[in-house]
Amino acid sequence: MAGLANLQISDKELELYTKQIQDILGYVEQLDEVNVEGVEPTYQTLDGTTNVWREDEVGESLSQEEAVSQAKRSIDGYFVANSVFKSNKAWPLTTKARPFMAEIDKYNVVLTEVDENGTVGHKDLFLTKGVKSTAGSNVLREYIPQYSSTVVELLEKAGFKTKYKLNCDAWAHGSSGENSDFGATKNPWNIEYTPGGSSSGSAAAVAAGLVDFATGTDTGGSIRLPASFCNVVGLKSTYGALSRYGIVAMASSLDSPGFLGRTVGEVRKLFEIASKKDLNDATSESGVKRPGLVSTRPGLIRIGIPKEYFSDGIDPEVKKTVMEAVSVLKKNGIEIREITLPNSKYGIAVYYLVQTTEVASNLGRYDGIRYGQDRSFFGAEAKRRIMLGTFASSAGYSAKFFEKAARVRTLIIQDFEKAFDPSADGVDVILGPVSPTPPFKLGEKTNDPLQMYLSDILTVPVNLAGLPALALPCGFSKSGLPVGMQLIGPRWGENLLFDVGEKYQELMKWHKMQLHVARSKVKGQRSK
Amino acid sequence: MKNSKYMPVIGLEVHVELKTKSKMFCGCRNDPFHASKPNIYTCPVCLGLPGALPVPNKKAIELTVKLGLGLGCEINRESRFDRKHYFYPDLPKGYQISQYEKPFASDGELKFRIQNSEFRIIRVRRVHLEEDTGKFLYRKIDGEEVSLIDFNRSGVPLAEIVTEPDIRSAEEAKEIAKKIHQIVRALEVSDADMEKGSMRLEANISMFKGLAFGYKGQALPNYKVEIKNINSFRFLEKAINKEIERQEKILRGGKKVKQQTFGWDTEKQELKPQRVKEEAADYRYFPEPDIPPIILSADWITDIKAQISKLPEEICQELIKAGVSETAAKVISGDKQLVLKIIEIFRGRSFAAKDRPLQIRNFGNWVLHHQTEAKEKPAEELILLFNQQKEGMISDSNQLEDWVSDVIKNNQQAVIDFKSGKQPAMGFLIGQVQRLAGGKADINKVVTLLNSNLKTQISKPSVKLKAD
Repeated sequence: MAGLANLQISDKELELYTKQIQDILGYVEQLDEVNVEGVEPTYQTLDGTTNVWREDEVGESLSQEEAVSQAKRSIDGYFVANSVFKSNKAWPLTTKARPFMAEIDKYNVVLTEVDENGTVGHKDLFLTKGVKSTAGSNVLREYIPQYSSTVVELLEKAGFKTKYKLNCDAWAHGSSGENSDFGATKNPWNIEYTPGGSSSGSAAAVAAGLVDFATGTDTGGSIRLPASFCNVVGLKSTYGALSRYGIVAMASSLDSPGFLGRTVGEVRKLFEIASKKDLNDATSESGVKRPGLVSTRPGLIRIGIPKEYFSDGIDPEVKKTVMEAVSVLKKNGIEIREITLPNSKYGIAVYYLVQTTEVASNLGRYDGIRYGQDRSFFGAEAKRRIMLGTFASSAGYSAKFFEKAARVRTLIIQDFEKAFDPSADGVDVILGPVSPTPPFKLGEKTNDPLQMYLSDILTVPVNLAGLPALALPCGFSKSGLPVGMQLIGPRWGENLLFDVGEKYQELMKWHKMQLHVARSKVKGQRSK
Repeated sequence: MKNSKYMPVIGLEVHVELKTKSKMFCGCRNDPFHASKPNIYTCPVCLGLPGALPVPNKKAIELTVKLGLGLGCEINRESRFDRKHYFYPDLPKGYQISQYEKPFASDGELKFRIQNSEFRIIRVRRVHLEEDTGKFLYRKIDGEEVSLIDFNRSGVPLAEIVTEPDIRSAEEAKEIAKKIHQIVRALEVSDADMEKGSMRLEANISMFKGLAFGYKGQALPNYKVEIKNINSFRFLEKAINKEIERQEKILRGGKKVKQQTFGWDTEKQELKPQRVKEEAADYRYFPEPDIPPIILSADWITDIKAQISKLPEEICQELIKAGVSETAAKVISGDKQLVLKIIEIFRGRSFAAKDRPLQIRNFGNWVLHHQTEAKEKPAEELILLFNQQKEGMISDSNQLEDWVSDVIKNNQQAVIDFKSGKQPAMGFLIGQVQRLAGGKADINKVVTLLNSNLKTQISKPSVKLKAD
């Protein structure tokens, strides 16, 4: 399997990965009990969009100099690799690793300082032309992109200045920020705790007041989880609402860019600027339907509470805090009713087959020839996912794993469609906790990938269905750590989420308190 | 044992680079062959930079559909792209965007014959669209062997034509490859220049033991040997013959042939085992998540069909050249429906194709008097009708020959006129034969017989040559 994934792995690593992958495969066995007879597989969530193409026109190319600028070695404008006749594996030129000094602060949030005058920080998955973009991985630690991502360009065009490139779990693989090759990001509320991942630096930087806003990406909860752990607002956009062009791909059918900020209003502003059809991303759409129900139908909002999101596996403190938020909304004229999302319990199993298959594919390009270091520089988590994904999509197992997962994905989508269906007396918005637990300690779950993966159990169904979701602060645990809730809407329902979110933030000031506490904590830690 | 015969089972894979202005998934110029320097037609997409995304080129899809129609395929209204994974330094993303389960075109057929042998039909399994790879250059630099890579070709649209293993000899394979080449050129979808590599051939070969091997209902041999990198029709024939010889030897020795891939070494004129890496791997195909599915409208397909047809004047000239009467040619070329029908039947190939003129002549002249049927009836039914009517024709060679010699004997003045170059004399002679035949003589055969008899009359007046 490692050979098929083009990875060279030591015996010791192999032993460890084999056991861990077996654990995960054991967990996904639960999909066996799902009957998918007659269920079509879902590979994309695009509202039936077809025929996105370009006219046959010649556009701009990079100059030869730009094209080869990031290669370890080039001669006369050619890229150079070891002779393909000599060996099967060692094509990139192997060079000794130089020590890398990451430019990071005490929270490990800042990788690269760009412009002191600005206020936006970018998760280091967003390419910024001419400015190092690492994806949190040693593979790209010296990579200086030849182009910028569409979202970065749109924000800069609107007058926002890029201030920092922010640390994240390598390749966005992680729920705690601990998977960065440049060190774990810490939670500004208590530096012994994780800030959540993978947009760990983004959430920590906004919470600590280092930037006004930050970009992030959410493939399985990577904006919402750190937002809830750091007491900030985080938007995971409808799949296709924000361009993925120029953002290092994790899992293409799930990746959703988004924003983190202190208030819902601020995040809404960023979303309005950046949510545009991008001709460079065939899956980006205009999103014609943008319901905003609070403003147009005041008092008629109906919120669904999925019983599965408040089940036994959820920490009682989290449950209690989120239910308090629910009762605040109820008191203020919003109708609350219990709903069910029966297939959401399969979310993690489906996610770890679909996501890893796409990850293994998307990380195939990192061969160290045209840019970056060779594949031996991948960290443990990336290797684990590449191997798992390669296995899940390999000839003999694709039907059992990848395809089966794609069919169960359809059932998860149908759960949401049913819940939102206006003709079946459905709800407008779904509300639930973001994380099953309050923030956990650094190192607490690093040796048990499966436990780490389960942190995303309440967030991944949203990605599988391509829905928008807004995470916002709703209280604190007894130990003084933030707890967040998420509002989930139908596709293209961002305005609806913003409306409900703004209304909540008018009523409850958890987000304001956050600023005060976070700043005093920064001071406190500095004086230590 | 020694007398038992091994029958080759051969399939072809033909790659053609499509003639578009820009590449398959990005706006870089598609002209790798004329690029003045390496890596000047590249961008984030075709270099596989982090974060880059593909957007398909509409024209390339159109050309693939056109090619599919030209090869007599069904066009699949619903298609999509898939990722095909393998690792090689000239493949920037670690996967090639290709089509697996839902190609643009499938189930076509090619009819051909070698000289005067019977017509053969080779089925076309599929025509799909994918992207080309970069190109290697091998150099020694400071004593170290390295591979240099140029990505100007990376992402150039590439159509792949796959035949069923219906081919039974190296000669047939060569003819089919030529036929495909001819169609590709006539449709103007590619330069199909073998030397420049814009058309590339691959063959897969296995051997079946037995006298008659029909593709229907019989299992194929459980192995196949692939030969890649063939850049001429002659080498294709040569390489296949060498491989047939090699396999036959192994099989006669009672051994099994290993599944294997060879390259054709043009310099040494021999088969060269390929590097292990290039042998069949597990490609882990899955639907390309970055590109929405493609649904082709019936109107669009009709438009492409119409493009296959040329200007009426051009068609008219070609039909006349192929022997269709001027009146018939004018009527057909002036009517879009008739043109489409003729094209559907003759599959977009050039009307002047060597083995076609006689048939087109017959069919074209026949259509003149059967316009309503030609417009209304589906192609297959029309061909059936045409053949049935043709059956009423007298084409028995002995009978015709008798009439021809009678006519020649009794119309010496016309014979002398013909020999002195007076063309209308031929028409008169044909008319005389038709008079004897009650208008039912197969006109093509009559012309052939008249020609050969008149020729022999010049040298040896008394000898009768047997035609056919």
